Amino acid sequence: MSENKGLLKLKRISKVFSKGSVDEVRALDKINLDVNSGDYIAIIGSNGAGKTTLLNVIAGVYPPENGGKIIVNGREISGLSEYRRANYIGRVYQDPHVGTAAKMSIEENMAMALLRGQPRGLRVASNKQRRELFRVALAPLGLGLENRLNALVGTLSGGQRQALALVMATLSKPAILLLDEHIATLDPRTAQIVLDLTDMVVTREKMTTIMVTHNMELALRYGNRLIMMHKGRIVVDMGQERRANLAVHDLVVAFERASGEEFVDDSVLLRSD
Amino acid sequence: MLDPAAVGRLLGFSLYEGLAFGFVAIGIYLTFRVLSFPDLTVDGSFALGGAVAAVLIVNGVNPFLATLAALGAGLCAGLATSLLNTKLKIPALLAGILMMVALYSINLRIMGRSNLPLLREVTIFSLASRLPGLETRLSYQLVVAGVLAVIVFFILNWFLRTEIGLALRATGDNEQMVRGAGVDTDKTTILGVSIANGLVAFSGGVVAQGQGFADVGMGIGMIIMGLAAVIIGEALFRPKGVARLLLAVLGGTFVYRLVISVALRMGMRAGDLKLITAVIVIIALAVPYLQKKIRREWQPPAARW
Repeated sequence: MSENKGLLKLKRISKVFSKGSVDEVRALDKINLDVNSGDYIAIIGSNGAGKTTLLNVIAGVYPPENGGKIIVNGREISGLSEYRRANYIGRVYQDPHVGTAAKMSIEENMAMALLRGQPRGLRVASNKQRRELFRVALAPLGLGLENRLNALVGTLSGGQRQALALVMATLSKPAILLLDEHIATLDPRTAQIVLDLTDMVVTREKMTTIMVTHNMELALRYGNRLIMMHKGRIVVDMGQERRANLAVHDLVVAFERASGEEFVDDSVLLRSD
Repeated sequence: MLDPAAVGRLLGFSLYEGLAFGFVAIGIYLTFRVLSFPDLTVDGSFALGGAVAAVLIVNGVNPFLATLAALGAGLCAGLATSLLNTKLKIPALLAGILMMVALYSINLRIMGRSNLPLLREVTIFSLASRLPGLETRLSYQLVVAGVLAVIVFFILNWFLRTEIGLALRATGDNEQMVRGAGVDTDKTTILGVSIANGLVAFSGGVVAQGQGFADVGMGIGMIIMGLAAVIIGEALFRPKGVARLLLAVLGGTFVYRLVISVALRMGMRAGDLKLITAVIVIIALAVPYLQKKIRREWQPPAARW
């Protein structure tokens, strides 16, 4: 258990919303998590389990409370604001509109993403060499975006925007990739394209990835580690071997045993598109 | 009205005004459109530029340096407004109004009185009038404003396409995405609002020299004029890309000043001008909403307004 083995370490991470009021919600309850380099983690859990809050704390949207610590590559980043953590973290959001800028061209969006975490200067943001780089990165999507670099992103469909957002999040090869239900709003065909691309990029770059999903099928099919959250805690954490022969039903059983509650959230079961 | 010489003078004068006031419209474009930051500092920073340039010129400073100082003063005013917003979390509209009011007192202090004439002073225009071939007032006004506009155009057209400029533009488009890309959106907002007010004050410095005086009230209505110019430019030229947008804003200012000049010649009272401008802007802002409402497509906007 050396201090430097894990790429990302979370220590006693808590987050309470509306503290002290009747609406108080303990979204994260002293979470401890060690993420190893190359892990591809799928996090599942019902609504309000704290999945997205966990990603937000890792990304720096909220600071951790009560002395909780976030350590990346042995360096504590708990005090860094969101934009400073972008050096380490790429993120794709559920809403395609959040990850891309509508009034700018594909090329300009890519140029923004290319310089993630690097100092920006007074060089013209895009040049021939960078455009070539953008084309190469966009081509595997098979959506033809590489030939439409000058198109405004606002003219793309939701699926195209999300695919672009994924390419943008991984373009600068961040240490950690956070996927927040990134295919939940896409039609099945585009969702599959984005998922395949996710798999390809994550495997090729050996990128450490945390994917939040509602969908148990998905969580079983992708990744090499599965975490289940409930009421702000991690109730199941299983690796490749244990996960390999599971079906959705086994997950439900595992959940009930771990949380001591009957599994009642239909949305998790029914959403297996 | 059909005397060709008179029409030519009218067009020429409107072109001069379109360029000289065009910097205000570009500043408004940067804040309202690019940054989605509705900055009302403008009325104050325009007069600030006029005041700073006039005082320096009266005290014998080189008029080009005085005009640059006006730009610098405007940068500071924009810096103050954007710091109020980003660091003290005062809403953008209120931060701008606060600075606008504060600048009224500051401008009076700078000038020492409410009006400062420049008639016999050495200005950028009087220097240009000594050049061969620029004897008429219109010719040297057009050349000076034209040269300044070309310089500003090339600098902005380059800057807005640099890495920093791109981050600035993206900030108004999608702040979350920009932070995710590792950019401090407070900094890009501060930079953009400062540059915008620098341009506005620069315009104030040029206009004061062009009209031969600075006045503490010269900035009143500049926001609305700038908005009208931006809206006209966008509607007439439907620009795409940074360069065309900048040109469209200058073109919009020209059309606006031309319409105003023609209306004045046809007997409109000068005092009614601001009311008519306000009505134009109201119509321009309301029409897209009403069209959508009739088509039942309207959705609440998600900006800093």
